[in-house]
Amino acid sequence: MNPILKYIGDIAHGLKTLIKGMQVTGYYISHAKKEIITQQYPENRESLEMFDRYRGIVEMPHDENNEHACTGCSACEVACPNGTIEIISKRVEDPETGRKKKAIDQFVYHYSMCTLCNLCILSCPTDAIIMGKNFEHSVFDRKQLTMTLNKPGSKIRADVKE
Amino acid sequence: MAIEWAIIGLVLILFVAISVIILVYVERKVAAFFQLRLGPMRVGKWGMLQTIADFIKLLMKEHIITKKADKFLFNLAPFIIVTASFLAIGAIPFALGLQVMDINIGVFYITAVSSIGVLGILLGGWAGNNKYSMIGALRSGAQVVSYELSITLSLLAMIVLAGSLQLSEIIASQQTGWWIFKGHIPAWIAFTVFVIAGTAETNRGPFDLAEAESELTAGFHTEYSGIKFAMFFLAEYVSLFIIAAVGATVFFGGWLPFHIGHWQVFNAVMDWIPPIVWFFGKVAAIIGLIMWFKWTFPRLRIDQLLILEWKYLLPINLVNLIIVSFIALMGWYL
Amino acid sequence: MTAEVKEQRGIKTQEYFVNMGPQHPSTHGVLRLVLELDGEIIQRVEPHIGYIHRSIEKMCEKDSYRQIVHLTDRMDYLSANMNNEAVCLAVESALEIEVPDRVKVIRTIIAELTRLASHQLWWGVMGMDLGALTAFLYGFRDREMINDIFEETCGARLTMNYNVPGGLMFDIHPNFQRRVKEFIAHFKTKIPEYDQLLSDNVIFRERTEGIGILSKEDAISYGATGPTGRASGFSCDVRKHHPYSAYDRVEFKEILMEKGDSFARYKARILEMWESLHIIEQLIDNIPEGEYQAPTKAVIKLPKGEFYQRVETARGELGVYVVSEGSKSPYRLKFRSPGFSNLFTIDHMARGYKIADLVAMMSTIDLVIPDIDR
Repeated sequence: MNPILKYIGDIAHGLKTLIKGMQVTGYYISHAKKEIITQQYPENRESLEMFDRYRGIVEMPHDENNEHACTGCSACEVACPNGTIEIISKRVEDPETGRKKKAIDQFVYHYSMCTLCNLCILSCPTDAIIMGKNFEHSVFDRKQLTMTLNKPGSKIRADVKE
Repeated sequence: MAIEWAIIGLVLILFVAISVIILVYVERKVAAFFQLRLGPMRVGKWGMLQTIADFIKLLMKEHIITKKADKFLFNLAPFIIVTASFLAIGAIPFALGLQVMDINIGVFYITAVSSIGVLGILLGGWAGNNKYSMIGALRSGAQVVSYELSITLSLLAMIVLAGSLQLSEIIASQQTGWWIFKGHIPAWIAFTVFVIAGTAETNRGPFDLAEAESELTAGFHTEYSGIKFAMFFLAEYVSLFIIAAVGATVFFGGWLPFHIGHWQVFNAVMDWIPPIVWFFGKVAAIIGLIMWFKWTFPRLRIDQLLILEWKYLLPINLVNLIIVSFIALMGWYL
Repeated sequence: MTAEVKEQRGIKTQEYFVNMGPQHPSTHGVLRLVLELDGEIIQRVEPHIGYIHRSIEKMCEKDSYRQIVHLTDRMDYLSANMNNEAVCLAVESALEIEVPDRVKVIRTIIAELTRLASHQLWWGVMGMDLGALTAFLYGFRDREMINDIFEETCGARLTMNYNVPGGLMFDIHPNFQRRVKEFIAHFKTKIPEYDQLLSDNVIFRERTEGIGILSKEDAISYGATGPTGRASGFSCDVRKHHPYSAYDRVEFKEILMEKGDSFARYKARILEMWESLHIIEQLIDNIPEGEYQAPTKAVIKLPKGEFYQRVETARGELGVYVVSEGSKSPYRLKFRSPGFSNLFTIDHMARGYKIADLVAMMSTIDLVIPDIDR
C-alpha cells in the first residue's frame, strides 16, 4: 500500500508546486498595466532624463561668448589610459604681458577609443571638460567619431588661471 | 456538388490562415505581458500587422535544400503535416450544424487524422540528411506517439459518459450541463491529463525539447527555410487550435452556453450570446491555459518526458477509465 | 549501452565529437566545448578558451596604477566593482595607506550590491537555459533598481570605475541611502517569488537534483571557489578567512552545503542573496562621516616586491598578484580568475550525464567567459 500512497503523494506534491509557479506568472499578467517596466525607446526621448553623473561623452562647455576654460596643459592627455585625447597647442601672444603663452589649438577626441573612465575629467585643473549625457552617437562614417572639442574661433575665458 | 466542396475548401483555408495569424500575434503579446514587456508595437496599431509582415518576409526567403537531401521527401514533409491539421478541422462543430462533416465516429476520426502529423515530423528530420535533425525528429516522433495514447484515453473517459463518438451527439448530451461539471472527479482528472498530453502532443510548452533544444539542433525543422518552415510553424498552431477545440467540445460543451439549473433570467442572458462566440471563448480560454504553461515552466528532459507519460499519465488514465465506467454503470453522475 | 553489453552482442560503436561552438545561446559567452559522446551520454568535455582574450594583463604593464583600474571592469563585468576594489586594495596595502572608515563601509555596500546584481542575472539566465523564459525578465527587472543606484552614484551601469587607489572617485550621491533602502524593501518580497517560480518547481528539481556532483575533495583539488566550491562543503569564503574592507565588522553566515549537486549550487546562491541583503542592512544606516579619499601622491610608485590581494567576487576568489620593480607601472600583473578554476571542473562533473544535464550544470557554475580569458 505504501508505494501507491507515495505515488499519489508525489503527484499531488508535483501538481501543487506547478500551480504555485503558475500563480506568480498569473499575477504578473493580470496586473500587466502597472507591472510592465519597459519603455518604448525612440518615442520617449522627450521624457528621458539621465542622471547627473552619467558618463555619455566628453564635452567642453562653451559659454555664450564662445569661450571655454581649456589652457592646453595636457593633463588630460597624460591621464588618459589609451591615447583617446590628443592636445595640439599653439603659442599665442598674451595681450596683457606681451609674452608668448601656450593655448589650445585643437582638442582632438577619438570617441571610438574612449572607455568613458572619467580620469581625464578628474585630472583637469580648470574644469574645462565635463561628461555629457548624450549617448546616441551612432554614425555611418567612422571619421565623424574623431571630434575636435573646442569650437572654431573660440578662446579661453579671461578669468581662467593656469 | 463540386462547387460546394470547393467553397468549403476555400473557407477552411481562409479560416486556418486567419486563425494562425491571430494566434501567432496573441502568443507574442501574451508572452510579452507575462514577461513584463509590451511585445510587438510598431507594425500597425499595437503591432497587429506583425504576423503578416513576418509572413511576407518568409515568403521572400530563398529555399535552401542541402546537397544530398532526398528532394521528394523534403518537399513532401511540410505538406503532410499541414494536411493532417486541415483534415481535423473539418470535423469540429463551431455551432449547431456548422460543421463540415458530422460523421458518426467524430472523436476517433480526429485522433486518427492527427496521427498522420507524425509522418511529417519523421520525414522532415530524415529528408534533411542531417544526423542531428534526425535525432530531433526521432525524439519528437516518440513524444507525439506516446502522448496520443493519453489524449485518446482521456477523451474515452468522457465518451463513456456521453455514450457516443459523434461530436454533435456529445454536445447534445451536455444540454443539461457541461461534462466537466456533471462528471465531477473523473472529468477533472481526465481534463488535467488531456491538457498536459495536449501540450506534449503539439511539441509546446514544457515539452518542447525537440525544437527548442538550443544545445545542439533546432529539431526536425533545422534544414527548412522560407515558406516550408512557415508551414511547420503553421501546423503547430493549427494543432494547438484543434486540441483546444476538441477539449472545449468534449469537456466544456462546445457551443452550448452556460446554464445554471433553473435560473431563467440568467439562462436567458446566456442564451442571448451567440453560440459561435461561446465556442471561440472556450477555445481561447484553453489556449490561454496552454500558453500559461509554456511561459512558466522549465523544460523536461526527453527521458523525464517519456517517464511522465508511461509511468504517470497512462496508469492514471486507465484507473480513471475504470472509475468512470463504474460510475456510468451505477448512474452516479449528474 | 555499457561496454560489456556491446562486447556480448558484438556491436562496435564509435564515439563522435560534437562541438558546442563559440557562438551558442547557452554558454554565456564565447566558449567552445568539444564533447565526446556515446549516443546521448557524455564521455568527456574539453573546453577551449581564448576567444575573448584581450591581453588585459599585458596592457596593465604600460599603464600607471590609477589607469589599470578601468581595465579590470571589463574582466568579470558582472562583479565590476569588486574587481576594481581588488586592484585598489592591492595598491593600498603595498603602499600601506590607511583608507578612511567611510570608504571601507561604502566599498562593502557597493560590493554587496554588485554581488546581488550578479546573482540576479545568474538566476534569470539559469531559468532561461532550462526553458523557463519568463524567469530571465524577472531577474533583469530586479537588477534594474541596482543599475539605477549605480548610475546615479558612480555614473555608469556596467563598467563603474568608482574605486581609485586611496578611496572613491567622488562621494556618494545624497539619494544613495534612500534608494538602497527602497531596494532592500522591494527585493525582500521578490526572493520568495523566485523560490516559488523556480526553486520549488517539481520540473526544476528533477532537472537539477542529483546532477553533476562535485565532492569536497575534488572541489579542493580543482580550486573551485565561490558558491561552486561552497556547495560541495569547501569553506573558502575570502570574506571570512581574510577579511578586507568592512567585512570584519558585519555579521553574516558562510553558506556551506553538503551534497555538491546542481541544486546545492543553486540554493547556495539564493541563500547568498539573503546574506548580502543582511550585510547591506547592517551597514546602510551607519555610514561613518569622513573623507572619501585618502591622500595619495600624484604619481603612485609601488615599492619593489611582490604583493597579493584576494577578494571574494560573485564567482569566487579573485586574486591580484603584482610584481613591482619600483616604477610607476607594474612589471607584471596577474589575475587569478575564479572562472578559470571553476570551468575545468565541468569535465569531472559531466561524465555519464546527458547533454541536457550539461546545460544545467554549466549554468549553475555561473561562468562569465571574459573572466576566464581576460
